[in-house]
Amino acid sequence: MSDITMRVWRGDAEGGDFETYTIERNEGEVVLDVIHRIQATEAPDLACRWNCKAGKCGSCAVEVNGKPRLMCMTRMDTLPEGPVTVTPMKTFPIIRDLVTDVSFNYAQAEKVPALLPPPMPADGYRIYQEDVERAQEFRKCIECFMCQDVCHVIRDHEDNKQHYAGPRFFIRYAELEMHPLDTNDRRDLVREDMGLGYCNITKCCTEVCPEHIKITDNAIIPLKERVVDAHYDPVAWLGRKIRRKTKTSAAEAAVQPAP
Amino acid sequence: MTTIENHDYDVLIIGAGGAGLRAAIEAKQQGLRVGIITKSLLGKAHTVMAEGGMAAAMGNVYPEDNWQVHFRDTMRGGKYLNNYRMAELHAKEAPERVLELEQWGALFDRTKDGKILQRDFGGHRYARLAHVGDRTGLELIRTLQQKVVSMGVDVFMECKVLQLLKDANGAVSGVAAYWRANGEFVTFSAKAVILATGGAGKSWKFTSNSWEGTGDGHAMALWAGSELIDMECIQFHPTGMVWPMSVRGLLVTEGVRGDGGVLRNSLGERFMFNYVAPMFRAETAETEEEADKWYDDHSAGRRPPELLPRDEVARAINAEVKAGRGSPHGGVFLDIASRRSAEFIRRRLPSMYHQFMELAGVDITREPMEIGPTCHYIMGGVKVDADTAATKTPGLFAAGEVAAGLHGANRLGGNSLSDLIVFGKRAGEGAVNYIKDGGGSGKFAQSDVDSAIAEALAPFERTEGENPYDIQRDLQEMMQANVGIIRTGSELEFAISELDKLTKRVHNIKVKGGRAYNPGWNLATDLPAMITVSKCVAVGALSRKESRGGHTRDDFPASVAELGTVNFTHTSTDGKWDSTFEVEPQPILTITPELKALLEEAK
Repeated sequence: MSDITMRVWRGDAEGGDFETYTIERNEGEVVLDVIHRIQATEAPDLACRWNCKAGKCGSCAVEVNGKPRLMCMTRMDTLPEGPVTVTPMKTFPIIRDLVTDVSFNYAQAEKVPALLPPPMPADGYRIYQEDVERAQEFRKCIECFMCQDVCHVIRDHEDNKQHYAGPRFFIRYAELEMHPLDTNDRRDLVREDMGLGYCNITKCCTEVCPEHIKITDNAIIPLKERVVDAHYDPVAWLGRKIRRKTKTSAAEAAVQPAP
Repeated sequence: MTTIENHDYDVLIIGAGGAGLRAAIEAKQQGLRVGIITKSLLGKAHTVMAEGGMAAAMGNVYPEDNWQVHFRDTMRGGKYLNNYRMAELHAKEAPERVLELEQWGALFDRTKDGKILQRDFGGHRYARLAHVGDRTGLELIRTLQQKVVSMGVDVFMECKVLQLLKDANGAVSGVAAYWRANGEFVTFSAKAVILATGGAGKSWKFTSNSWEGTGDGHAMALWAGSELIDMECIQFHPTGMVWPMSVRGLLVTEGVRGDGGVLRNSLGERFMFNYVAPMFRAETAETEEEADKWYDDHSAGRRPPELLPRDEVARAINAEVKAGRGSPHGGVFLDIASRRSAEFIRRRLPSMYHQFMELAGVDITREPMEIGPTCHYIMGGVKVDADTAATKTPGLFAAGEVAAGLHGANRLGGNSLSDLIVFGKRAGEGAVNYIKDGGGSGKFAQSDVDSAIAEALAPFERTEGENPYDIQRDLQEMMQANVGIIRTGSELEFAISELDKLTKRVHNIKVKGGRAYNPGWNLATDLPAMITVSKCVAVGALSRKESRGGHTRDDFPASVAELGTVNFTHTSTDGKWDSTFEVEPQPILTITPELKALLEEAK
C-alpha cells in the first residue's frame, strides 16, 4: 500500500508549527494507530492523550483536517486523499502538541448543584424505563469535549468562557432537570450564570457528538423553553409552579411502593 | 536544593477508577482530608470500558437469587482459590452498594415493575447484572465522579506516582510523583495510602487494557514490602476483536452471549457443547434446543455452554483455532445476527453495534463477529485483609483489580464492577479506622524522594541509549508468546531469562525531548512496574505445576487438589525493581464450616 503523509502540529503555549511525517499505510488503521506508530519510531515525545482506544473514554479528541474527531474512531480510509492534518482542539489552551488544557470543563463540573433525591425506601426506588430514557441519552456523554471545542460562543470569544457553561454542561443540566429523582431547581442558575441564552442553536455541537446525542434538539431547546417560560412569561409563572410540582411528583412517585 | 511542591492529606488515593472514587467518598464522608491522584483525566479510568454490568444478588428478575448463590458462583468460578471471606462480603454487600449508586444519580435499565433490570452473564446462575445497555462502566464512573466532585474531594489529574514513601517505622506515609503536563516533581504526604491502580494487561500484545494498565500499584506494593499472590492467574477474555489488526484485543462484551449470541467455528458448529468440563456438566444444556429455551425461562432448560466461565470459553476458542476450525483472521465467530432482531441488538448492545460498524465495517445485526481471546484482567495482586483492605505494609490499603483474593483463579464477568464498589468502600473505611486508631505520620525521608527523582531522570542523562517503545514492544511480544493462555515450563523459563535481559535494557533507556508531557519519558517510568509484574506472573506460572482457572499448563493439564489450597506469594527483600523476587506457597484462608457446607450442597 502507498505511504501516507501526516501533518501534525508540534509545539506548546509559546508557539509551534506543523511537522510532516511520512509513514507506511496499514489496512484498517485509525488516526490514533498512525500517531502511535510515529511515537514508537520517529517522535517518542509526541504528546497526545488517549486511553481506551474504543470510543468510550473521550480522551483522544483532536482536530483532524480541521474538524473535531476522536482519533481512535477515525478510520484513515475514510479521509480524503492527500496529507492528513492533525491539530489540538482550538478552544482550549495548548499544553503540548496535541494535548490541551481542558480544565475549563472540570471547573464547570464543579459548579453543577448535585442531584437532590428523596430518601430511598428500604427496597429501592420504583422508576420506569420510560422515565429514565430521556436522561439516559445525556448520560451516554463520554466527555470528549468536542462539543465545547466546536461551539463558536467560546471557540471564537475567549471572554465568554467566564459566563458560559457550553453544550456538554447544558446536557448535564438537562439531564438533572429530566432526572426522575431530582428535586433541585437549577433554571435560574442556568439562565443567569451559565449563559444558556448565548447559544443560538446552530447545532454544531450535535454534529460532532461521537455518541450521537441530540444535544440541541433534546437538551438545549427544551432547557431554553423551561428557563425562558419560567422567567419572562407572567402566565408561565403559574406553569412553572405546576411543572415544578410535576417534577417533584416524579420523584415522589419513585418512592411509592409498587402497585 | 530546590524545595519540592508538597500536598498533605489524611487519606491519599492512587487511581480514579471505580475503587478509588468509592474509597474517596467513604473517607470524605467520615470527615477526613482526602486527595486522589490519577495518571489520566478524571472520568477516563479503565472502569469506563466495562460494558456488561455489575453483579449483585438483588433478585429483581429471579427472586430465588440470594447472596448464598452469588457466593457459591464466585467460588466455583474462581476454582476455590478465592479468599472466601472476600467472596462472602462481596456477595452480601453488592446489592446495597448498587442501590446507593441510584441515590447518587445512576440510571440503570429497569424491569417492568420499576426495579433495576438484571442480565445474564457467564457463571452466574441467575440474571444478576445491573446494567445500562452495554455502557455500565461509564455509568459507574460518571456517578462516582459526580459524587466526588460534589463533595469537594481534591483530584490531581495527569500525575504519575513513581514510588511509595515510608516513615521511620516502616509505615507508608506518602508518595513521590510528577506532573505529566510540565514534568515537575511533587510529593504527597498522607497518613494512609489506598492503591486503586487497576490492572497490568499492558504487558501483553493483545489486550483490552489501555496504556494505563502497567501494574503500578502491584509493583509499588511489592517494592514497599507487601505480598503479591496469584499473579499467574490472568484472565484472557474469550471475546476480543481480532480484525482489523489495529483493534485486535478490543473488548466485545459478554453481554452479547448473555443476550443470546452463540459461538461457531468455520464449519458453523456451536462447538461449546464439546467443551463442558465435568464440574459444570450437571447445569449445562446438552442440546441446542435445550439451551435456547433457557434464555426466556431459566427453569425450562439448562444454561447454554457459551455462558460457562471465561477461562473455559477462552480455552475452547483457543483449541478450535488450533484445530484449524478458526475464522479467516484467526478467531471464531460470535453470532447474534441470526438469533435476535436488529432492533433488539441495537437497543441492548448499542456500543458493540457502533464499534464493529465504525472500526471493522461489520454490521452485527446482519453478520457474525470475528472474535478471539484477549488479555483482560489480572486476578492476582496485592494480598489484603478481606474486611479492611489492609496490606501487610502499615498504612497501605488496596482495592479493585490491584487487590487479589475475591476472584480466586478466575473472575466471573460482572464481579469486577461490584468488587470496586464493595471493596472501594471497605478500603476507605479501613484507612479511616487506621488513622482514628492513631496510625500514620505523614513523614518521610527527603533522601527517598531524591533517589526516586534521580532514577526517573536517569534516562535524560544518558547520551546514548534505547527507545523505551522498542523495549515495550519486545516485552509485549515476549509475554504474548511465552506467558499467554496456554503455558509450558520451558517457555516460562525462557520468559524469565528474557525478562532479565529486558531489565538490563531498561537501565539503558535514552529519552528524547523534554520533561513536559513526554509520552516516551512516561513510558520509561512505567517500564520498571511492567517488568516487575511480568516477572511475578512468569515465576508464579512456573511455580504452579497444575492448571486452574486463568492459569493453564500444557505440561500439567490437570488440577492438583493440594495446589488448590495455596497461593504462590511473592515478596521483595530489598525493595528494588531490578532484583529477583522471592516466591513461596502460603496456605489460603480456611473457610468456615457453614460456608463450606454451602459449597458442598451445591456440588
